[in-house]
Amino acid sequence: MLDPLVLLSLIVFLPVLGAVVLAFVPSGKDELARYITLGVTLAVLALCVIGFFGNGETEFDAAEASMQSVFNLPWIPSFNIEYYMGLDGISFPLVMLTALVCVLAMGASWSITKHVKGYCILFLLLETGMLGVFVSLDFFLFYVFWEVMLLPMYFLIGVWGGERREYAAIKFFLYTLVGSVLMLIAILMLYFNSDLREVAKISTLVQDEAPVVWEDLHVSPDVEARIGRVITAEDSTRPGAVLALMRTGDSNDHALTVRFQVAASGQPTASLDGHVVTVNLSADHATAADVVKAINGTEGVSSLVHATALAGGQGLIVPADEVELPATDKPVHTFNLLALAKIGQHTECFNDSLLFGWSLQRWAFILLFIGFAIKVPSVPLHTWLPDAHVQAPTPISMILAGVLLKMGGYGIIRICYPICPAGGYELAYLVCLIGVVSMVYGAFAALAQTDFKRLVAYSSVSHMGYVVLGLGVWSARGGNLYNADYWNMGMQGAMFQMIAHGISSTGMFFMVGVIYDRVHHRDLNKFGGLFSKMPVYTSLAIIIFFAGMGLPGLCGFPGEVIVVFSSFAFSPLLAIISASVVILTAGYILWAVQRVYLGAEYNGPHEEALVPSTLRENTIAGVLCVLAVVFGVWPYQTLFRYMDKTVEAQAQDLTDWTIDHEATAAATASGASVTRLEALEENGHLSPAARQFIYDGASNTELANVTIQESPPVLEQQQP
Amino acid sequence: MNLHELVSQLIIDTKGSVSGGLFSLPTADSSLGVFAPELCLCATIVLLLFIRLFKGGSKVDLFWVMLIGTGLALVASSPWKHLGSHPPLPGSLAAVTRMEIFTGMLVYDPFTVYMRSVLIGFAFLFAVFTKLSGIPDREDGADIYTLVLGSTLGMCLMASANHLLMVFMAVEMASVPSYVLAGMLKGRRTGSEAALKYSVYGAGAAGVMLYGISLVAGLLNTAHLPTMAAQLAERLPGMPSGEIMVLALGGLLMMVGLAFKLSAVPFHFWCPDVFEGACAEVNAFLSIASKAAALALLVRVAIGFGAIPPVGIEPGSRSVAQQHAPNETVSLNHSNGGLFALADEGEEPTTASQSHTGHAEGGDEPNASAAAIDGLAASRTFMAKLIAFLAAITCTFGNLAAYGQTNIKRLLAYSTIAHAGYMMMSVAAFLVMAGDAPLQAQDAIAALAIYIATYVFMNLAAFAIVAFLRNAMHTEQIADYAGLIRRCPLTVICLSLTLFSLVGLPPLSGFIGKFAIFASLVDGYEVSVSAGHPAGFLMVLLVIGGMNTAISLFYYLRVVKVMTMEEEPADRPPFVYPEVSLQGAFVWLVTAPTLLLMLNWNVLSEWAHAATLYLLAAA
Repeated sequence: MLDPLVLLSLIVFLPVLGAVVLAFVPSGKDELARYITLGVTLAVLALCVIGFFGNGETEFDAAEASMQSVFNLPWIPSFNIEYYMGLDGISFPLVMLTALVCVLAMGASWSITKHVKGYCILFLLLETGMLGVFVSLDFFLFYVFWEVMLLPMYFLIGVWGGERREYAAIKFFLYTLVGSVLMLIAILMLYFNSDLREVAKISTLVQDEAPVVWEDLHVSPDVEARIGRVITAEDSTRPGAVLALMRTGDSNDHALTVRFQVAASGQPTASLDGHVVTVNLSADHATAADVVKAINGTEGVSSLVHATALAGGQGLIVPADEVELPATDKPVHTFNLLALAKIGQHTECFNDSLLFGWSLQRWAFILLFIGFAIKVPSVPLHTWLPDAHVQAPTPISMILAGVLLKMGGYGIIRICYPICPAGGYELAYLVCLIGVVSMVYGAFAALAQTDFKRLVAYSSVSHMGYVVLGLGVWSARGGNLYNADYWNMGMQGAMFQMIAHGISSTGMFFMVGVIYDRVHHRDLNKFGGLFSKMPVYTSLAIIIFFAGMGLPGLCGFPGEVIVVFSSFAFSPLLAIISASVVILTAGYILWAVQRVYLGAEYNGPHEEALVPSTLRENTIAGVLCVLAVVFGVWPYQTLFRYMDKTVEAQAQDLTDWTIDHEATAAATASGASVTRLEALEENGHLSPAARQFIYDGASNTELANVTIQESPPVLEQQQP
Repeated sequence: MNLHELVSQLIIDTKGSVSGGLFSLPTADSSLGVFAPELCLCATIVLLLFIRLFKGGSKVDLFWVMLIGTGLALVASSPWKHLGSHPPLPGSLAAVTRMEIFTGMLVYDPFTVYMRSVLIGFAFLFAVFTKLSGIPDREDGADIYTLVLGSTLGMCLMASANHLLMVFMAVEMASVPSYVLAGMLKGRRTGSEAALKYSVYGAGAAGVMLYGISLVAGLLNTAHLPTMAAQLAERLPGMPSGEIMVLALGGLLMMVGLAFKLSAVPFHFWCPDVFEGACAEVNAFLSIASKAAALALLVRVAIGFGAIPPVGIEPGSRSVAQQHAPNETVSLNHSNGGLFALADEGEEPTTASQSHTGHAEGGDEPNASAAAIDGLAASRTFMAKLIAFLAAITCTFGNLAAYGQTNIKRLLAYSTIAHAGYMMMSVAAFLVMAGDAPLQAQDAIAALAIYIATYVFMNLAAFAIVAFLRNAMHTEQIADYAGLIRRCPLTVICLSLTLFSLVGLPPLSGFIGKFAIFASLVDGYEVSVSAGHPAGFLMVLLVIGGMNTAISLFYYLRVVKVMTMEEEPADRPPFVYPEVSLQGAFVWLVTAPTLLLMLNWNVLSEWAHAATLYLLAAA
């Protein structure tokens, strides 16, 4: 049995260990180095499969929306940086994809013959960086992994690439570095504006019905102490948490002592004297539940301290115990991605206006989005991609297309939208437009290529456009009804598209690599007739290319079609354009298939080298083909099932945010009773059902009035 | 105050206790007691000079003297004791709070401990480095080590200067041996040219700085930095514009001297030429020790002009208190560091005596400083903007100019200039926060301290590799490094890691420093916003710093590219470079922190925070 700490750390750092071992392999033994590397990638995949499907403690539960297999250890306490990882329905499929693509890419690396040992070491370091990005839940850690992957990639393209490799490598490096510098600025701005105390105020720590479930944030105990939360133990010899005390109220600049005393008998009472709260316990009433009743039930005390019973409330409180609740006059900054998301959605911390009067949320969204869009890549920041893909050696192209591009999409869905919903809301159309432009531009550019690999590269730009479009559709409102379904659909489609593209583009690059290894050119006009010379290879290739094209029954179809559906609710124009891109896609893929594989005879150089594909090549291609078919035929059972709950929960969160946001805006616009509405929203008293009731059928202009008239009775109904 | 009292005060100040006779050892809280590391350096210098006079002395390898001397000095400064997780209790003799020593000329606080540990620690590594690279042979070892130690001594004084006279003397003491070191390779024209250029520039800058000091000291009637701050705080709000002009001019002229030491644009012209002419060993010394000391001095001067330090303890007061009965209140009524202040002014300035007459043990600052810190707002803003401007142009220019270099030493010279720019940024953030949030302001200096610590190892590794390669290949041209990865892969990997670390890429240690400094900029902006006077220039500085990171990638990467991706030239003269050797081990040793620090830099961060604890008075 592996606990989450061991399992996730092993998955992420096993490749580094492998690289260290490789460093001691004598440099002549190329074959040994390859097998060690393949072994390490296989071990990582095996760890993922065993850990998430067969290991009780870390088994991935598809019915669970929140983070799983979480651990959180202090790392650099002076900057609140934590070694904090976990998985949910968004990152889990991507981790599996990464582990798989790395195995396949390593399998494809037998064609690398130059400086094999160095190649293998860099390959493994790259794998660590990619896996780390997907499991990190601390923004600093995320950033470190994000950058760790840069250096190996630079060398892998620059040393083992094609004839213009150095240019391509530095272009890739520079684009990504500019993006990550912008990201760093956004990270720092978010960090210094974040305040965990604000989240605590609206969390389950201080009220039972609260928008934030504190436990889901996995804040470590020593950070909790700094926001004024202390957990008392039963007694010193048998440590067991029984009671949590939490300071309430704003900015307490002095510590508060809670003292437990023994009184004669009767119900416990609590009293306040200066900075000391005294709780009188009697011998027969000394359970945590009794203390909770006493503290939360006393007028003056409950405004300072909130008590929560843990472990059923039956644990006994030690009399003569004294608990010190520290002062909470300093903001507690955090890099915790989940907490940052809650701060962005539920508090005012990120709403300060900065340059040009734009809010911090909007600025941070823009900076982060640029950073991620470079990685995706979206037009107009895509120009590094064709160069990098074309110049990179085949296995690295597979990793670039299969995994690296997904990191951009992952960043958008994990970081941009949850943390800066206001930015996403205001710029929704722009984001979608960028997605659609990428689709159209990529498709047209692919049509114009004569280089086979460049064609595949541009097809990636086009396909990743669907991802951006799907993530961007802010269709929280279908008509007048607030409904998260469309958006949920868009995000799920985008996620599916990421995985599907991970399979199909990995396959396409591999297929291009296979013939490049034989004939050493990629000119589309100098192929033809490969079907007769390499029948197995051609059959597999055609399946992969059709998967990329989005043929129903193969993996490219479900994602694209769902994204297009979802975008209809947001903007019919964009939906129609994106739907018609399918025609262009079919155009360039069919045309390429025709020019390369069909036809009477091969009309390029090195005809004699066209030997049938080897077992190794067929295995790699075969795995990809099988997955393409499986994902296409059983999309729900194989993929949607795992991301369903998480994506739905996130869409629902952001829809709730939209309702609050629009209601506040409408109320402000009509000038009526802003305070009332704001008070309601801030306290989180409006449950989703109440919102539905209030806003159903009400147009924007009526909204404020309706709210004011209707909300008090609703509130009473909703809170028995 | 009669002569006897004066003398006994002086003795207490110097030795901590009047009793015990002339030859008793100074106590741990006396000026001499806390000056032990510098005394160690002095003793080593004397030993180095004298050892050859004796019979058989010429057979002694002076490297060992140097190594032991700096090692003892490092032990004497013992940062692990004062900055670690269990520092001595605040009341004890060895506790470091803030203490003005030698009648206020120097200041001894955790920042002094930190900086001088960095400087002496570097001197220790430098000794090993020069031994391995073979630059000082048996003949001139004494000269070189003496010069290096003398310069290091001056730098330690720079880091603890508390008086404008001391500022000037320390700068000179650090600079003059450096001029000689620059021309150390006798008979080489470029070396002589470098030395001449350096000394002419240095003399000019020193003269200008001295003029600035005399203007400021003349206007404020004192050259004692905390008294200066107090004077400024009192007089600045109602100061006539003519005096403000004089003050600003004085400040600017002093800044020229500091900018020269920092090699900040536009006073950087000496730097690339000197670096090209001098040998790589000297470059390492100039780019690390000299820069670190200059930054520490910048911090000291910035505090002198813009903030109020906390009230410290008197030298000897703790040991005197221990000699007396524990209950008896000890009262030493002379103003700490007041001898010069009093002599200069002729009368006791009220604010100065208020803020610097203290006998409480690190006691809370009276309200005087809270009022004073507001009075300094104008001066702080002026300094912050000036330093921010210098930092921005320094790092931008350094990075742009490095792009065209073909000589690795020149390239690293411009890189050094650019890094000085990054490091100055945190001082600007410090000044912005000093008034409203002293704790966060101290964190900005902690960021600087973190950066300096990582910078020591990055630059030392870079110059060490350059020196070792020069010994093997007799070239310092970047183009000649082509394809080196085939010949000496380990060394090339180390140099590549170092260069990437200089770019500031995680997981290498350069990122830690950069992260801390950028964080202090954002923090400074947030503090200024919540205080109601947004310092937008800090955000501009942040963006400039970020963009510079991207610019700097080009030239660092070019070196890496040449070494790893280009083919070896066919006509390369044969050379031997043993990778598995003491040199190789040294290279790995100094690269290891760059690679591994990311695993846990909390210790460094805590040391750096501990080092800045007593820089500012609590608001």
